[in-house]
Amino acid sequence: MAFLEVRRLEAYYRQTQALFGVDFVLDEGSITAVLGANGAGKTTTLRAICRMVRTEGEVVFDGQDLSGLSTERVVGLGIAHVPEGRGTFVRQSVEENLQLGAYTRKNKADIAADMESVYGYFPRLGERRRQQAGTLSGGEQQMLAIGRALMLRPKLMLLDEPSFGLAPLIVREIYEIMARIREREGTSMLLVEQNASIALELADHAYLLETGRVVMGGESSLLRDDENIRRIYLGY
Amino acid sequence: MDLFLQLTLAGLAIGSIYSCVALAVVMIYQATDHFNFAQGEMAMFSTYVAWTLVGLGAPVWLAFLLAVGISFLAGVVIERVIVKPVENAPVLNQIIVFIGLLVIFNSVAGWIWEFTIKPFPSLFPEDLGFKSTLIGPHHIGVIALTLGVLALVFAFFRFTRVGLAMRAAAANPDSARLVGVSVGWMLALGWGLAASIGAVGGILVAPIVFLEPNMMAGVLLYGFAGALLGGVSSPGGAVLGGLVVGVLENWVGQYVPGGSELKLTFALILIVGVLVFKPAGLFGRVVVRRV
Repeated sequence: MAFLEVRRLEAYYRQTQALFGVDFVLDEGSITAVLGANGAGKTTTLRAICRMVRTEGEVVFDGQDLSGLSTERVVGLGIAHVPEGRGTFVRQSVEENLQLGAYTRKNKADIAADMESVYGYFPRLGERRRQQAGTLSGGEQQMLAIGRALMLRPKLMLLDEPSFGLAPLIVREIYEIMARIREREGTSMLLVEQNASIALELADHAYLLETGRVVMGGESSLLRDDENIRRIYLGY
Repeated sequence: MDLFLQLTLAGLAIGSIYSCVALAVVMIYQATDHFNFAQGEMAMFSTYVAWTLVGLGAPVWLAFLLAVGISFLAGVVIERVIVKPVENAPVLNQIIVFIGLLVIFNSVAGWIWEFTIKPFPSLFPEDLGFKSTLIGPHHIGVIALTLGVLALVFAFFRFTRVGLAMRAAAANPDSARLVGVSVGWMLALGWGLAASIGAVGGILVAPIVFLEPNMMAGVLLYGFAGALLGGVSSPGGAVLGGLVVGVLENWVGQYVPGGSELKLTFALILIVGVLVFKPAGLFGRVVVRRV
């Protein structure tokens, strides 16, 4: 059985259905990208895994069925969600944001060590550790969101458009750090992106979502190399 | 000069009680965006609980601590049972629930303990080992105890894991859930804490204004004024606002002609003035919403 298995997943915002039977799998230690246009259901897929929307169908993580769990319980299983819009606690300091990321953990020495390792990945956060998080730049807040997720020591990270609204140079920097995190920590990642070209560079597998359905999936190199897919679906 | 100092010190004492009420109000406001109009009546009820315990023979300090503890539990239960079901309801529904709570507590207290005015014992001895003509022993005790309680509350929010989680849950509930914070329970905890802090205010003010079901009406109004003056988005500002209102109230009563009749009017003028000229208060943030 795969590490994360999503079967016939449907999601609803009140009466409006946003996902219409999404199926995909993610292997342990791998990075899987979910691509698609605006409104295709990418964010909803992540929110459905975290139990933030009403769903039907099955999500099985590490052998455990997630349906019926609260968001907090899902997080407790080791799934860290880097949300759309970064979810910064703007009035809290950088350090407090990271401490919140470790909220479900108890061992203080481990937490302190992990905080140093986050500052290792993102030296700029270390320089600004006492600063109010709301005063950080967009790129720094994205780094903080990833750092906060790392503080959980996650088995699986859900990343919602880490490139959103950032300058190309910063996007590159953040993706390089994500590659380094996977290399060192072996964290599995489910990555949602509109920026298909950079996501396909990092990901091992990719799925293409269109109006709430998976229309295509496979090794990212296949999607990357297929001229037609690139032109029609990915637009680059 | 002595009179001025007496007025100011007594103002600080009563103002520190307003600070407690203001802080309780601001805590709930930060989490829910609404004023809990029942905060005063909850404190009044807590004070009656303490009074009953004293009547049963408990030492007054034990009664105080028990009442504060019971208020905490009651606050948690009120949030879980009454407030939570309407948390996504329109603003008016929520306000009506708060006003309903106010009326219920007021009439139930009257029904159980009657509306006659009762004396309430001070927590502090008559003889503190020294004498001052400027300030009475109860007032000294009030200032010391409230400052101690407020310092504890701030330390809790600033330095503990749960305090940080409560701040996070109030500021950004979605994000808080995503780091594993149980937002619902943090809100309940906030209600419990607010009820406890209110209870401290009620038990301290009761020896001054005497115990009766309507004793908190004025105190709550001054507490609101303090909270607004300091800024409803700033707990520290609310505490300072409470102190300032307490002192100003005394000055107005003494130095403004006919002022002793105008004390409550003054609180209302302050509330309206702040809302008109500086809605964010002295220390609050201006919240800008995109339309």
